[in-house]
Amino acid sequence: MPADAASPRLLGGAAAGSDALVLGIETSCDETAAACVRGGTDVLSSVVSSQVDLHAKYGGVVPEIASRAHNELIIPVVARAMVEAGVDGRRIDAVAATTGPGLIGALLVGVSAAKALALTWDVPFVSVNHLEAHLYAALLEDPHLELPMVVLLVSGGHTMLVLMEDHGRYRILGQTLDDAAGEAFDKVARFLGLGYPGGPAIDREAMDGDPEAVRFPRSMIDDGLDFSFSGLKTAVVNHVRANPDVSTPDVAASFQAAVVDVLVAKARRAAAETGARALAIGGGVAANSLLREQFLTACTDDGLHAFLPSRAMCTDNAAMIASAGWYRLRDDGPSPLSTGADPNLRLTSHR
Amino acid sequence: MLILGIETATVKAGCAIGGHEGVLASAHSGKAKRHAENLTPAIEFICGQAGIELGEIGLVAVDVGPGLFTGLRVGVATAKAIAFGLRVPMIGVSSLDLLAFPVRFSNRLIVTAIDARRGELYYAFYRQVPGGVQRLGEHQIGSPDDLASQLLASPDEILLVGDGANRYAEAFEGLAKVELVAHDHCHPSAESLVQLAHARALREEFERPDAIEPIYLRRPDAEINWSVRDAR
Repeated sequence: MPADAASPRLLGGAAAGSDALVLGIETSCDETAAACVRGGTDVLSSVVSSQVDLHAKYGGVVPEIASRAHNELIIPVVARAMVEAGVDGRRIDAVAATTGPGLIGALLVGVSAAKALALTWDVPFVSVNHLEAHLYAALLEDPHLELPMVVLLVSGGHTMLVLMEDHGRYRILGQTLDDAAGEAFDKVARFLGLGYPGGPAIDREAMDGDPEAVRFPRSMIDDGLDFSFSGLKTAVVNHVRANPDVSTPDVAASFQAAVVDVLVAKARRAAAETGARALAIGGGVAANSLLREQFLTACTDDGLHAFLPSRAMCTDNAAMIASAGWYRLRDDGPSPLSTGADPNLRLTSHR
Repeated sequence: MLILGIETATVKAGCAIGGHEGVLASAHSGKAKRHAENLTPAIEFICGQAGIELGEIGLVAVDVGPGLFTGLRVGVATAKAIAFGLRVPMIGVSSLDLLAFPVRFSNRLIVTAIDARRGELYYAFYRQVPGGVQRLGEHQIGSPDDLASQLLASPDEILLVGDGANRYAEAFEGLAKVELVAHDHCHPSAESLVQLAHARALREEFERPDAIEPIYLRRPDAEINWSVRDAR
Protein backbone atom coordinates (compact mmCIF):
# COMPACT_ATOMS: atom_id res chain seq x y z
CA MET A 1 0.00 0.00 0.00
CA PRO A 2 1.35 3.44 -0.79
CA ALA A 3 2.26 5.19 2.44
CA ASP A 4 2.82 8.44 0.58
CA ALA A 5 -0.90 8.62 -0.23
CA ALA A 6 -1.25 10.04 3.27
CA SER A 7 -0.10 13.56 2.68
CA PRO A 8 -1.12 15.84 5.55
CA ARG A 9 -4.39 17.57 4.92
CA LEU A 10 -4.53 21.30 4.61
CA LEU A 11 -6.25 22.99 7.47
CA GLY A 12 -9.81 23.96 6.75
CA GLY A 13 -11.02 27.37 7.89
CA ALA A 14 -12.94 26.02 10.85
CA ALA A 15 -10.17 23.70 11.99
CA ALA A 16 -7.65 26.50 12.07
CA GLY A 17 -10.00 28.71 14.07
CA SER A 18 -9.64 29.19 17.79
CA ASP A 19 -13.06 27.66 18.44
CA ALA A 20 -12.31 24.42 16.58
CA LEU A 21 -14.16 21.42 17.98
CA VAL A 22 -11.82 18.47 18.56
CA LEU A 23 -12.94 14.89 19.19
CA GLY A 24 -10.33 13.25 21.43
CA ILE A 25 -9.83 9.49 21.74
CA GLU A 26 -7.77 7.71 24.42
CA THR A 27 -7.08 3.94 24.57
CA SER A 28 -3.50 3.70 25.83
CA CYS A 29 -4.17 1.52 28.88
CA ASP A 30 -7.38 0.32 30.53
CA GLU A 31 -9.75 3.27 30.00
CA THR A 32 -11.67 3.66 26.75
CA ALA A 33 -12.37 7.39 26.52
CA ALA A 34 -13.73 9.98 24.10
CA ALA A 35 -14.41 13.69 24.55
CA CYS A 36 -15.52 16.75 22.62
CA VAL A 37 -13.56 19.90 23.48
CA ARG A 38 -14.00 23.28 21.80
CA GLY A 39 -11.15 25.76 21.51
CA GLY A 40 -8.75 23.67 23.59
CA THR A 41 -10.42 24.36 26.94
CA ASP A 42 -14.21 24.18 26.64
CA VAL A 43 -15.16 20.59 27.52
CA LEU A 44 -18.54 19.77 25.95
CA SER A 45 -18.39 16.11 26.93
CA SER A 46 -15.93 13.62 28.41
CA VAL A 47 -16.86 9.95 28.53
CA VAL A 48 -14.61 7.38 30.24
CA SER A 49 -15.41 3.68 30.28
CA SER A 50 -13.10 2.04 32.79
CA GLN A 51 -12.17 -1.61 32.43
CA VAL A 52 -10.85 -1.79 35.99
CA ASP A 53 -13.30 -4.57 36.91
CA LEU A 54 -12.09 -6.73 34.00
CA HIS A 55 -8.49 -6.58 35.24
CA ALA A 56 -9.02 -6.55 39.02
CA LYS A 57 -8.73 -10.29 39.60
CA TYR A 58 -5.38 -10.39 37.78
CA GLY A 59 -3.96 -7.61 39.98
CA GLY A 60 -2.95 -5.52 36.96
CA VAL A 61 -3.85 -4.62 33.40
CA VAL A 62 -3.82 -7.61 31.03
CA PRO A 63 -2.95 -6.23 27.56
CA GLU A 64 -4.98 -8.68 25.46
CA ILE A 65 -8.08 -8.24 27.66
CA ALA A 66 -7.66 -4.46 27.43
CA SER A 67 -7.36 -4.53 23.63
CA ARG A 68 -10.49 -6.65 23.23
CA ALA A 69 -12.48 -4.39 25.51
CA HIS A 70 -11.31 -1.24 23.67
CA ASN A 71 -12.44 -2.77 20.39
CA GLU A 72 -15.92 -3.42 21.82
CA LEU A 73 -16.26 -0.07 23.57
CA ILE A 74 -14.66 2.39 21.17
CA ILE A 75 -17.68 3.15 18.97
CA PRO A 76 -20.28 3.28 21.80
CA VAL A 77 -17.98 5.59 23.80
CA VAL A 78 -17.38 7.93 20.84
CA ALA A 79 -21.11 7.92 20.06
CA ARG A 80 -21.94 8.84 23.65
CA ALA A 81 -19.39 11.65 23.75
CA MET A 82 -20.94 13.13 20.61
CA VAL A 83 -24.50 12.78 21.88
CA GLU A 84 -23.60 14.39 25.22
CA ALA A 85 -21.92 17.27 23.38
CA GLY A 86 -24.94 17.57 21.10
CA VAL A 87 -22.88 17.36 17.91
CA ASP A 88 -22.80 15.11 14.87
CA GLY A 89 -19.89 14.29 12.57
CA ARG A 90 -20.36 17.39 10.42
CA ARG A 91 -19.54 19.61 13.40
CA ILE A 92 -16.24 17.93 14.31
CA ASP A 93 -13.22 19.95 13.08
CA ALA A 94 -10.45 17.49 13.95
CA VAL A 95 -9.93 14.06 15.53
CA ALA A 96 -7.08 13.61 18.03
CA ALA A 97 -5.88 10.31 19.48
CA THR A 98 -3.20 9.07 21.86
CA THR A 99 -0.47 7.42 19.76
CA GLY A 100 1.79 6.57 22.73
CA PRO A 101 3.20 5.74 25.15
CA GLY A 102 1.05 2.81 26.27
CA LEU A 103 0.10 -0.77 25.40
CA ILE A 104 0.61 -1.25 21.66
CA GLY A 105 -2.50 -3.38 21.02
CA ALA A 106 -4.66 -1.00 23.04
CA LEU A 107 -3.25 2.13 21.38
CA LEU A 108 -3.85 0.74 17.89
CA VAL A 109 -7.62 0.44 18.45
CA GLY A 110 -7.97 4.14 19.24
CA VAL A 111 -5.48 5.29 16.57
CA SER A 112 -7.22 3.18 13.90
CA ALA A 113 -10.69 4.44 14.83
CA ALA A 114 -9.51 8.07 15.03
CA LYS A 115 -7.76 8.02 11.65
CA ALA A 116 -10.80 6.35 10.06
CA LEU A 117 -13.13 9.01 11.50
CA ALA A 118 -10.83 11.81 10.31
CA LEU A 119 -10.78 10.30 6.82
CA THR A 120 -14.55 9.80 6.82
CA TRP A 121 -15.35 13.34 7.93
CA ASP A 122 -12.50 14.81 5.84
CA VAL A 123 -10.96 16.64 8.81
CA PRO A 124 -7.39 16.65 10.20
CA PHE A 125 -6.07 13.80 12.33
CA VAL A 126 -3.84 14.84 15.25
CA SER A 127 -1.38 12.51 16.99
CA VAL A 128 -1.14 13.17 20.74
CA ASN A 129 1.51 12.08 23.23
CA HIS A 130 -0.23 10.72 26.33
CA LEU A 131 2.31 12.36 28.67
CA GLU A 132 1.92 15.73 26.97
CA ALA A 133 -1.85 15.38 27.36
CA HIS A 134 -1.45 14.92 31.13
CA LEU A 135 0.34 18.30 31.19
CA TYR A 136 -2.59 19.82 29.32
CA ALA A 137 -5.00 18.41 31.89
CA ALA A 138 -3.70 21.14 34.20
CA LEU A 139 -4.20 23.94 31.65
CA LEU A 140 -7.62 22.55 30.78
CA GLU A 141 -8.90 23.08 34.30
CA ASP A 142 -6.88 26.19 35.11
CA PRO A 143 -6.23 28.28 31.97
CA HIS A 144 -4.58 30.95 34.14
CA LEU A 145 -1.61 28.78 35.05
CA GLU A 146 1.56 30.67 34.20
CA LEU A 147 4.37 29.14 32.19
CA PRO A 148 7.00 28.00 32.84
CA MET A 149 5.52 25.47 35.21
CA VAL A 150 6.75 22.22 36.69
CA VAL A 151 4.44 19.23 36.47
CA LEU A 152 4.81 16.16 38.64
CA LEU A 153 3.34 13.34 36.58
CA VAL A 154 2.59 10.28 38.71
CA SER A 155 0.62 7.27 37.51
CA GLY A 156 0.77 3.49 37.27
CA GLY A 157 3.06 3.75 34.27
CA HIS A 158 5.01 6.97 34.83
CA THR A 159 6.74 9.04 37.48
CA MET A 160 8.42 12.15 36.14
CA LEU A 161 9.04 15.82 36.74
CA VAL A 162 8.58 17.90 33.61
CA LEU A 163 9.34 21.57 33.04
CA MET A 164 6.79 22.99 30.61
CA GLU A 165 8.50 26.11 29.28
CA ASP A 166 5.84 26.88 26.69
CA HIS A 167 3.30 25.03 24.57
CA GLY A 168 5.19 22.19 22.91
CA ARG A 169 8.42 22.91 24.82
CA TYR A 170 9.27 20.42 27.56
CA ARG A 171 12.26 19.38 29.59
CA ILE A 172 12.24 16.17 31.62
CA LEU A 173 13.90 17.07 34.93
CA GLY A 174 13.75 13.66 36.52
CA GLN A 175 12.01 10.29 36.29
CA THR A 176 11.84 6.96 38.01
CA LEU A 177 14.77 4.63 37.65
CA ASP A 178 12.67 1.53 38.38
CA ASP A 179 8.99 1.28 39.42
CA ALA A 180 6.46 4.02 38.78
CA ALA A 181 4.86 5.40 41.96
CA GLY A 182 1.46 3.94 41.03
CA GLU A 183 3.09 0.59 40.37
CA ALA A 184 4.57 0.67 43.89
CA PHE A 185 1.07 1.35 45.27
CA ASP A 186 -0.32 -1.61 43.29
CA LYS A 187 2.44 -3.99 44.38
CA VAL A 188 2.28 -3.02 48.06
CA ALA A 189 -1.53 -3.17 48.05
CA ARG A 190 -1.41 -6.65 46.52
CA PHE A 191 1.16 -7.75 49.12
CA LEU A 192 -1.00 -6.37 51.95
CA GLY A 193 -4.09 -8.06 50.47
CA LEU A 194 -5.88 -4.74 49.89
CA GLY A 195 -6.92 -5.43 46.29
CA TYR A 196 -6.59 -3.64 42.96
CA PRO A 197 -6.20 -0.84 42.00
CA GLY A 198 -3.72 -0.24 44.80
CA GLY A 199 -3.81 3.57 44.97
CA PRO A 200 -7.37 4.05 46.28
CA ALA A 201 -7.04 0.88 48.42
CA ILE A 202 -3.96 2.17 50.26
CA ASP A 203 -5.42 5.67 50.49
CA ARG A 204 -8.49 4.23 52.30
CA GLU A 205 -6.50 1.87 54.52
CA ALA A 206 -4.07 4.65 55.51
CA MET A 207 -6.91 6.80 56.88
CA ASP A 208 -6.95 4.55 59.98
CA GLY A 209 -3.19 4.21 60.32
CA ASP A 210 -0.27 6.09 61.85
CA PRO A 211 2.05 7.44 59.15
CA GLU A 212 4.92 7.54 61.64
CA ALA A 213 4.47 3.97 62.88
CA VAL A 214 7.21 2.64 60.63
CA ARG A 215 10.06 4.78 59.27
CA PHE A 216 10.37 3.44 55.70
CA PRO A 217 13.27 4.70 53.56
CA ARG A 218 12.86 7.89 51.51
CA SER A 219 14.98 6.71 48.59
CA MET A 220 17.21 9.35 46.97
CA ILE A 221 15.26 12.13 48.67
CA ASP A 222 18.28 14.46 48.73
CA ASP A 223 19.84 13.12 45.57
CA GLY A 224 18.85 14.78 42.28
CA LEU A 225 15.41 14.74 40.71
CA ASP A 226 15.17 11.08 39.70
CA PHE A 227 13.06 8.63 41.69
CA SER A 228 13.39 5.04 42.87
CA PHE A 229 10.59 3.07 44.52
CA SER A 230 11.62 -0.57 44.26
CA GLY A 231 13.67 -0.41 47.48
CA LEU A 232 10.69 0.99 49.36
CA LYS A 233 8.49 -1.86 48.19
CA THR A 234 11.11 -4.36 49.35
CA ALA A 235 11.38 -2.57 52.72
CA VAL A 236 7.61 -2.92 53.22
CA VAL A 237 7.72 -6.62 52.39
CA ASN A 238 10.68 -7.23 54.71
CA HIS A 239 9.10 -5.26 57.55
CA VAL A 240 5.81 -7.15 57.38
CA ARG A 241 7.58 -10.52 57.17
CA ALA A 242 9.70 -9.64 60.22
CA ASN A 243 6.68 -8.28 62.13
CA PRO A 244 3.70 -10.47 61.19
CA ASP A 245 1.46 -8.81 63.80
CA VAL A 246 2.01 -5.28 62.50
CA SER A 247 -1.15 -3.25 61.84
CA THR A 248 -1.97 -3.10 58.12
CA PRO A 249 -3.35 0.47 58.35
CA ASP A 250 -0.07 1.56 59.98
CA VAL A 251 1.98 -0.06 57.20
CA ALA A 252 -0.23 1.47 54.50
CA ALA A 253 -0.04 4.93 56.10
CA SER A 254 3.73 4.71 56.63
CA PHE A 255 4.34 3.50 53.08
CA GLN A 256 2.13 6.24 51.65
CA ALA A 257 3.94 8.88 53.75
CA ALA A 258 7.30 7.70 52.41
CA VAL A 259 6.15 7.94 48.78
CA VAL A 260 4.51 11.33 49.24
CA ASP A 261 7.51 12.79 51.12
CA VAL A 262 9.79 11.95 48.21
CA LEU A 263 7.38 13.17 45.52
CA VAL A 264 6.72 16.50 47.23
CA ALA A 265 10.37 17.16 48.19
CA LYS A 266 11.56 16.62 44.62
CA ALA A 267 8.71 18.63 43.06
CA ARG A 268 9.57 21.60 45.32
CA ARG A 269 13.23 21.35 44.51
CA ALA A 270 12.46 21.14 40.78
CA ALA A 271 10.38 24.31 40.97
CA ALA A 272 13.09 26.13 42.93
CA GLU A 273 15.90 25.04 40.59
CA THR A 274 14.05 26.08 37.43
CA GLY A 275 12.44 29.25 38.73
CA ALA A 276 9.00 27.98 37.76
CA ARG A 277 5.97 30.09 38.66
CA ALA A 278 3.54 27.24 39.02
CA LEU A 279 3.61 23.66 40.20
CA ALA A 280 1.04 21.12 39.02
CA ILE A 281 0.43 17.43 39.54
CA GLY A 282 -1.21 14.97 37.19
CA GLY A 283 -1.76 11.24 36.66
CA GLY A 284 -3.71 8.67 38.67
CA VAL A 285 -1.58 9.02 41.84
CA ALA A 286 -2.49 12.75 41.93
CA ALA A 287 -5.85 11.57 43.30
CA ASN A 288 -4.09 10.43 46.51
CA SER A 289 -5.41 12.38 49.52
CA LEU A 290 -2.10 12.77 51.35
CA LEU A 291 -0.25 13.83 48.20
CA ARG A 292 -2.87 16.48 47.45
CA GLU A 293 -2.72 17.85 51.00
CA GLN A 294 1.08 17.99 51.26
CA PHE A 295 1.42 19.33 47.73
CA LEU A 296 -0.87 22.29 48.52
CA THR A 297 0.96 23.03 51.77
CA ALA A 298 4.32 23.00 49.98
CA CYS A 299 3.13 25.35 47.25
CA THR A 300 1.70 27.76 49.81
CA ASP A 301 4.98 27.73 51.75
CA ASP A 302 7.03 28.34 48.59
CA GLY A 303 4.71 30.98 47.09
CA LEU A 304 3.96 28.90 44.00
CA HIS A 305 0.73 28.88 42.01
CA ALA A 306 -0.50 25.34 42.74
CA PHE A 307 -2.65 23.26 40.48
CA LEU A 308 -4.51 20.20 41.74
CA PRO A 309 -6.59 18.52 39.06
CA SER A 310 -10.07 17.25 39.81
CA ARG A 311 -10.03 13.53 40.49
CA ALA A 312 -11.66 12.86 37.10
CA MET A 313 -8.85 14.73 35.36
CA CYS A 314 -6.13 12.79 37.24
CA THR A 315 -6.96 9.49 35.64
CA ASP A 316 -6.82 8.80 31.92
CA ASN A 317 -9.47 10.69 29.98
CA ALA A 318 -9.95 12.01 26.46
CA ALA A 319 -10.70 15.66 27.32
CA MET A 320 -6.97 16.15 27.90
CA ILE A 321 -6.26 14.40 24.58
CA ALA A 322 -8.63 16.73 22.72
CA SER A 323 -7.13 19.74 24.50
CA ALA A 324 -3.52 18.77 23.73
CA GLY A 325 -4.67 17.95 20.18
CA TRP A 326 -6.10 21.44 19.75
CA TYR A 327 -2.77 23.08 20.72
CA ARG A 328 -0.83 20.63 18.58
CA LEU A 329 -3.03 21.33 15.56
CA ARG A 330 -2.73 25.08 16.08
CA ASP A 331 1.05 25.00 16.43
CA ASP A 332 2.19 22.12 14.20
CA GLY A 333 -0.74 21.30 11.90
CA PRO A 334 -2.22 17.85 11.27
CA SER A 335 -0.47 14.49 11.52
CA PRO A 336 -0.34 12.18 8.48
CA LEU A 337 -2.86 9.34 8.15
CA SER A 338 0.14 6.98 7.97
CA THR A 339 0.81 7.65 11.67
CA GLY A 340 1.05 4.48 13.77
CA ALA A 341 1.29 3.88 17.50
CA ASP A 342 4.53 3.96 19.49
CA PRO A 343 4.38 2.13 22.84
CA ASN A 344 7.61 3.85 23.96
CA LEU A 345 6.87 7.35 22.68
CA ARG A 346 8.96 9.88 24.58
CA LEU A 347 7.99 13.33 25.72
CA THR A 348 10.07 15.70 23.61
CA SER A 349 9.73 19.30 22.55
CA HIS A 350 8.20 19.73 19.12
CA ARG A 351 8.56 23.46 18.80
CA MET B 1 -24.68 0.17 -3.62
CA LEU B 2 -20.93 0.74 -3.24
CA ILE B 3 -19.16 -1.51 -0.75
CA LEU B 4 -15.85 -0.83 1.03
CA GLY B 5 -14.12 -4.05 2.06
CA ILE B 6 -11.38 -4.11 4.73
CA GLU B 7 -9.26 -7.20 5.34
CA THR B 8 -6.42 -7.37 7.90
CA ALA B 9 -6.63 -10.87 9.38
CA THR B 10 -3.19 -12.15 8.33
CA VAL B 11 0.28 -10.69 7.69
CA LYS B 12 -1.03 -9.40 4.35
CA ALA B 13 -3.74 -6.76 4.36
CA GLY B 14 -5.93 -5.14 1.77
CA CYS B 15 -8.96 -3.07 0.99
CA ALA B 16 -11.27 -2.89 -2.01
CA ILE B 17 -14.25 -0.96 -3.34
CA GLY B 18 -16.92 -2.58 -5.47
CA GLY B 19 -20.59 -3.16 -6.11
CA HIS B 20 -22.88 -4.89 -8.54
CA GLU B 21 -20.38 -4.26 -11.36
CA GLY B 22 -17.66 -6.08 -9.43
CA VAL B 23 -14.50 -4.68 -7.88
CA LEU B 24 -13.63 -1.10 -8.93
CA ALA B 25 -10.34 -0.67 -7.08
CA SER B 26 -8.19 -2.45 -4.54
CA ALA B 27 -4.87 -2.16 -2.72
CA HIS B 28 -2.78 -4.77 -0.93
CA SER B 29 0.23 -4.83 1.29
CA GLY B 30 2.90 -7.46 0.85
CA LYS B 31 3.83 -9.26 4.03
CA ALA B 32 4.45 -5.81 5.44
CA LYS B 33 2.42 -5.99 8.65
CA ARG B 34 2.23 -2.33 9.78
CA HIS B 35 -1.48 -2.54 9.00
CA ALA B 36 -2.27 0.39 11.31
CA GLU B 37 0.02 2.73 9.37
CA ASN B 38 -1.00 1.57 5.90
CA LEU B 39 -4.73 0.92 6.05
CA THR B 40 -6.25 4.41 6.21
CA PRO B 41 -3.95 5.85 3.48
CA ALA B 42 -4.78 2.80 1.33
CA ILE B 43 -8.52 3.43 1.69
CA GLU B 44 -7.97 7.05 0.68
CA PHE B 45 -5.90 5.82 -2.28
CA ILE B 46 -8.50 3.34 -3.60
CA CYS B 47 -11.26 5.94 -3.35
CA GLY B 48 -9.15 8.06 -5.70
CA GLN B 49 -8.51 5.09 -7.99
CA ALA B 50 -12.23 4.27 -8.13
CA GLY B 51 -13.06 7.93 -8.67
CA ILE B 52 -15.45 8.14 -5.73
CA GLU B 53 -15.78 10.03 -2.47
CA LEU B 54 -15.74 7.92 0.70
CA GLY B 55 -19.18 9.40 1.46
CA GLU B 56 -20.62 7.46 -1.49
CA ILE B 57 -19.96 4.14 0.26
CA GLY B 58 -23.22 2.51 1.36
CA LEU B 59 -21.89 -0.55 3.18
CA VAL B 60 -18.67 -1.42 5.02
CA ALA B 61 -17.61 -5.07 4.94
CA VAL B 62 -14.84 -6.39 7.16
CA ASP B 63 -12.93 -9.62 7.64
CA VAL B 64 -13.68 -10.56 11.27
CA GLY B 65 -11.12 -13.38 11.46
CA PRO B 66 -10.07 -15.69 12.91
CA GLY B 67 -6.56 -14.34 12.44
CA LEU B 68 -3.78 -12.37 14.12
CA PHE B 69 -5.41 -10.45 16.97
CA THR B 70 -3.74 -7.05 16.72
CA GLY B 71 -3.99 -6.79 12.93
CA LEU B 72 -7.58 -7.97 13.03
CA ARG B 73 -8.51 -5.25 15.51
CA VAL B 74 -6.92 -2.58 13.32
CA GLY B 75 -9.23 -3.59 10.47
CA VAL B 76 -12.33 -4.04 12.61
CA ALA B 77 -11.84 -0.73 14.49
CA THR B 78 -11.23 1.11 11.21
CA ALA B 79 -14.27 -0.47 9.55
CA LYS B 80 -16.55 0.21 12.50
CA ALA B 81 -15.41 3.85 12.69
CA ILE B 82 -16.04 4.44 8.97
CA ALA B 83 -19.49 2.80 9.16
CA PHE B 84 -20.30 4.86 12.26
CA GLY B 85 -19.01 8.06 10.64
CA LEU B 86 -20.99 7.48 7.44
CA ARG B 87 -24.03 6.05 9.26
CA VAL B 88 -24.07 2.99 7.01
CA PRO B 89 -24.52 -0.70 7.91
CA MET B 90 -21.82 -3.36 8.06
CA ILE B 91 -21.32 -6.98 7.13
CA GLY B 92 -18.69 -9.14 8.84
CA VAL B 93 -17.22 -12.10 6.95
CA SER B 94 -14.99 -14.86 8.31
CA SER B 95 -11.39 -15.03 7.06
CA LEU B 96 -11.74 -18.79 6.45
CA ASP B 97 -14.88 -18.22 4.34
CA LEU B 98 -12.93 -15.64 2.32
CA LEU B 99 -10.16 -18.14 1.63
CA ALA B 100 -12.62 -20.75 0.35
CA PHE B 101 -14.44 -18.37 -2.00
CA PRO B 102 -11.81 -17.98 -4.79
CA VAL B 103 -11.27 -21.78 -5.02
CA ARG B 104 -15.00 -22.57 -5.11
CA PHE B 105 -14.98 -23.99 -8.66
CA SER B 106 -14.17 -27.46 -7.43
CA ASN B 107 -16.18 -30.52 -6.53
CA ARG B 108 -13.66 -31.43 -3.90
CA LEU B 109 -14.04 -30.81 -0.19
CA ILE B 110 -12.40 -27.41 0.44
CA VAL B 111 -10.45 -26.97 3.67
CA THR B 112 -9.04 -23.57 4.61
CA ALA B 113 -6.33 -23.13 7.24
CA ILE B 114 -4.86 -19.89 8.58
CA ASP B 115 -1.71 -19.69 10.68
CA ALA B 116 -2.76 -19.14 14.32
CA ARG B 117 0.90 -18.98 15.53
CA ARG B 118 2.08 -21.05 18.52
CA GLY B 119 2.06 -24.17 16.35
CA GLU B 120 -1.68 -24.05 15.70
CA LEU B 121 -4.09 -23.42 12.84
CA TYR B 122 -7.55 -21.94 12.46
CA TYR B 123 -9.47 -24.10 9.98
CA ALA B 124 -12.88 -24.93 8.52
CA PHE B 125 -14.47 -27.23 5.88
CA TYR B 126 -16.50 -26.14 2.82
CA ARG B 127 -18.59 -27.50 -0.05
CA GLN B 128 -19.31 -25.77 -3.33
CA VAL B 129 -22.92 -24.60 -3.67
CA PRO B 130 -24.49 -22.57 -6.51
CA GLY B 131 -22.97 -19.07 -6.36
CA GLY B 132 -20.44 -19.76 -3.63
CA VAL B 133 -19.40 -22.10 -0.85
CA GLN B 134 -21.11 -23.39 2.26
CA ARG B 135 -19.23 -23.95 5.51
CA LEU B 136 -19.69 -27.40 7.07
CA GLY B 137 -19.65 -26.85 10.82
CA GLU B 138 -17.80 -24.35 13.00
CA HIS B 139 -14.39 -22.70 12.81
CA GLN B 140 -11.84 -24.82 14.65
CA ILE B 141 -8.43 -24.32 16.21
CA GLY B 142 -5.87 -27.10 16.51
CA SER B 143 -2.41 -28.35 15.65
CA PRO B 144 -1.43 -29.32 12.07
CA ASP B 145 -1.55 -32.95 13.23
CA ASP B 146 -5.13 -32.49 14.51
CA LEU B 147 -6.15 -31.23 11.09
CA ALA B 148 -4.15 -33.92 9.26
CA SER B 149 -5.94 -36.67 11.16
CA GLN B 150 -9.34 -35.14 10.29
CA LEU B 151 -8.30 -35.00 6.62
CA LEU B 152 -7.09 -38.59 6.77
CA ALA B 153 -10.46 -39.71 8.15
CA SER B 154 -12.37 -38.04 5.31
CA PRO B 155 -13.45 -40.18 2.31
CA ASP B 156 -13.33 -37.10 0.03
CA GLU B 157 -10.80 -35.64 -2.35
CA ILE B 158 -9.61 -32.46 -0.60
CA LEU B 159 -8.34 -29.05 -1.68
CA LEU B 160 -6.33 -27.48 1.18
CA VAL B 161 -5.70 -23.72 1.09
CA GLY B 162 -4.27 -21.01 3.33
CA ASP B 163 -1.03 -19.62 4.78
CA GLY B 164 -1.35 -22.02 7.72
CA ALA B 165 -1.60 -25.01 5.39
CA ASN B 166 1.50 -23.83 3.55
CA ARG B 167 3.49 -23.16 6.69
CA TYR B 168 2.94 -26.69 7.95
CA ALA B 169 2.97 -28.31 4.49
CA GLU B 170 5.02 -31.28 5.73
CA ALA B 171 2.09 -32.37 7.95
CA PHE B 172 -0.14 -32.80 4.86
CA GLU B 173 2.32 -33.95 2.17
CA GLY B 174 1.86 -37.66 2.80
CA LEU B 175 -1.95 -37.53 2.52
CA ALA B 176 -2.94 -39.14 -0.82
CA LYS B 177 -6.27 -37.38 -1.37
CA VAL B 178 -5.11 -33.91 -0.37
CA GLU B 179 -3.89 -31.25 -2.76
CA LEU B 180 -2.24 -28.19 -1.23
CA VAL B 181 -2.98 -24.96 -3.12
CA ALA B 182 0.19 -22.94 -3.71
CA HIS B 183 0.96 -19.56 -2.22
CA ASP B 184 -0.99 -17.39 -4.67
CA HIS B 185 -4.34 -18.00 -2.93
CA CYS B 186 -3.09 -18.43 0.61
CA HIS B 187 -4.33 -15.13 2.16
CA PRO B 188 -7.92 -13.84 2.37
CA SER B 189 -8.51 -11.13 -0.22
CA ALA B 190 -10.38 -7.84 0.01
CA GLU B 191 -11.85 -8.50 -3.48
CA SER B 192 -13.45 -11.74 -2.26
CA LEU B 193 -14.74 -9.82 0.74
CA VAL B 194 -16.49 -7.26 -1.46
CA GLN B 195 -18.01 -10.00 -3.65
CA LEU B 196 -19.25 -12.07 -0.69
CA ALA B 197 -20.58 -8.99 1.09
CA HIS B 198 -22.42 -7.95 -2.07
CA ALA B 199 -24.23 -11.28 -2.17
CA ARG B 200 -25.18 -10.92 1.48
CA ALA B 201 -26.24 -7.30 1.00
CA LEU B 202 -28.74 -8.46 -1.62
CA ARG B 203 -30.23 -10.66 1.10
CA GLU B 204 -30.11 -7.66 3.48
CA GLU B 205 -27.99 -9.50 6.06
CA PHE B 206 -26.79 -6.22 7.61
CA GLU B 207 -25.19 -5.75 11.02
CA ARG B 208 -24.81 -2.71 13.26
CA PRO B 209 -21.23 -1.40 13.76
CA ASP B 210 -21.38 -2.05 17.50
CA ALA B 211 -22.39 -5.69 16.88
CA ILE B 212 -19.25 -6.50 14.85
CA GLU B 213 -16.46 -8.15 16.86
CA PRO B 214 -13.47 -10.27 15.84
CA ILE B 215 -13.72 -14.07 16.03
CA TYR B 216 -10.86 -14.89 18.42
CA LEU B 217 -11.31 -18.66 19.08
CA ARG B 218 -8.58 -18.35 21.72
CA ARG B 219 -8.99 -16.72 25.12
CA PRO B 220 -6.43 -14.26 26.47
CA ASP B 221 -3.54 -16.13 28.14
CA ALA B 222 -4.25 -14.53 31.51
CA GLU B 223 -7.80 -15.93 31.49
CA ILE B 224 -6.56 -19.39 30.54
CA ASN B 225 -3.89 -19.33 33.25
CA TRP B 226 -6.46 -18.11 35.76
CA SER B 227 -8.91 -20.91 35.04
CA VAL B 228 -6.08 -23.46 35.23
CA ARG B 229 -5.13 -22.02 38.62
CA ASP B 230 -8.79 -22.01 39.70
CA ALA B 231 -9.19 -25.66 38.80
CA ARG B 232 -6.31 -26.78 40.98
